[in-house]
Amino acid sequence: MSDSTHQVSADQLDIPDVDVALTVNGKAVRGRCEPRKLLVDFLREDLGLTGTHAGCEHGICGACTVLIDGRASRTCTTLAVQAAGTQIVTIEGLARDGVMHPMQQAFHEHHALQCGFCTPGMLITAIDFLNSHRNPDETEVREAMSAVICRCTGYQGIVNAVLAVSRQPPTALPE
Amino acid sequence: MKPPRFQYHAARTIEEAIELLARYAGEARILAGGQSLVPMLNFRLLEPRALIDIGRIPGLDAITGGPLVTLGAMTRQRSAEESPIVQTALPLLREALRWVGHLPTRSRGTIGGSIAHADPSAEIPLVLLASDGSVTVQGPQGTRDIAAVDLFESLFTTSLVPGELLTRVHMPAMPAGTRIGFDEFARRHGDFAIVTVAVALTPSEDGSTARANPESGPRYAQVRLAASGVGSVPLRLTAAEAHLLQHGTEPASLAAAAELAAAAADPVGDANGSADYRRHLLKVLLERTLESTVRPTAKRLAS
Repeated sequence: MSDSTHQVSADQLDIPDVDVALTVNGKAVRGRCEPRKLLVDFLREDLGLTGTHAGCEHGICGACTVLIDGRASRTCTTLAVQAAGTQIVTIEGLARDGVMHPMQQAFHEHHALQCGFCTPGMLITAIDFLNSHRNPDETEVREAMSAVICRCTGYQGIVNAVLAVSRQPPTALPE
Repeated sequence: MKPPRFQYHAARTIEEAIELLARYAGEARILAGGQSLVPMLNFRLLEPRALIDIGRIPGLDAITGGPLVTLGAMTRQRSAEESPIVQTALPLLREALRWVGHLPTRSRGTIGGSIAHADPSAEIPLVLLASDGSVTVQGPQGTRDIAAVDLFESLFTTSLVPGELLTRVHMPAMPAGTRIGFDEFARRHGDFAIVTVAVALTPSEDGSTARANPESGPRYAQVRLAASGVGSVPLRLTAAEAHLLQHGTEPASLAAAAELAAAAADPVGDANGSADYRRHLLKVLLERTLESTVRPTAKRLAS
């Protein structure tokens, strides 16, 4: 963004990096970045976890959703420095010992992904939703999943997958 | 779509945050949950010299019960939604929170942040007004309380003065038996609403709703109605409230109250709807919400 009239004040030229230490997918990690770095970029660029996708970058599309302290959260509207000290689960942390998370398995069985771009956000949002809402009906599933936009518009398979998991016995969240 | 550069400070106490606000003399922004601020930074709508993060101040996310329920400014919307205190004492807030963004934005977004941001279409400022709530703000001169009715001045503008920090939000517990209704019209669930209405009807202290005659419908001791999307700030619908107090709640009375509300509103049209359209929406939504609050029949959306 170029703006020849924009004045950068002296203290903006000297902005110290911040330490970010947190737990990602059960592993303690740390990094150093500019305070303005978005959590999604920190996960992708600094930690190499590119499964979390940066879509709209203003909190609307939901592709970048991860679990922060167990709660689905947008990482494009969260600064990396705000996540210091938290426990994060990304799409890379869902499968265990080569076995897919039940939600991943259900997405597979119900053809709940086409291009796959929104899938990480869909899975994380669905897992948090079912962990906090027991026995939802289809309307509630649709309302909850409206938090994430699928541009392939393959919503029916997604709703079917979430409903199928909701009928299974409760599964433990990955730490 | 990345934020501009800024100095970052994680305040450890309210006092430190206020000192930092003074140091930057109006050129710093408070970072709470960031669900409105970070998108604005990504769009470069704001280029503050510094962000003062209040997310690490201990105790600023506490919810305390009693006749006056207090929520710390950093209370996450999701935590409020799940709080037994809110579920019991503040049913209107509980219902409204379901409409705020989506689950993942409520995980991070805060009660205090939404109120301080004062988006004219936001649900939480509307509930604060409808609940006769107030906020505590702290600045270099000390603390003061501001009633909701004196808080919202215009679009994204509150009566906080530069250097003040919103620290606590207060809402009186709704008396037992209070019936609440909340509805909004948006193009998609989770979008910014075009018009929103909030209704709270409280019976007299013995829990009864007097009937002057069998046709007048239940009469309530306290009627609180508010709407947003029909002006630059949330609006208390006082003429409609007075009408229902006086004339009861039979269908013709609800329709008349909705007409009074629409007549009192002075909306400004924009890309989402003309002034006339918003006035019409207010009338329809208010009448419908009052009807379903007074005489609930349809299965309510489970939360």
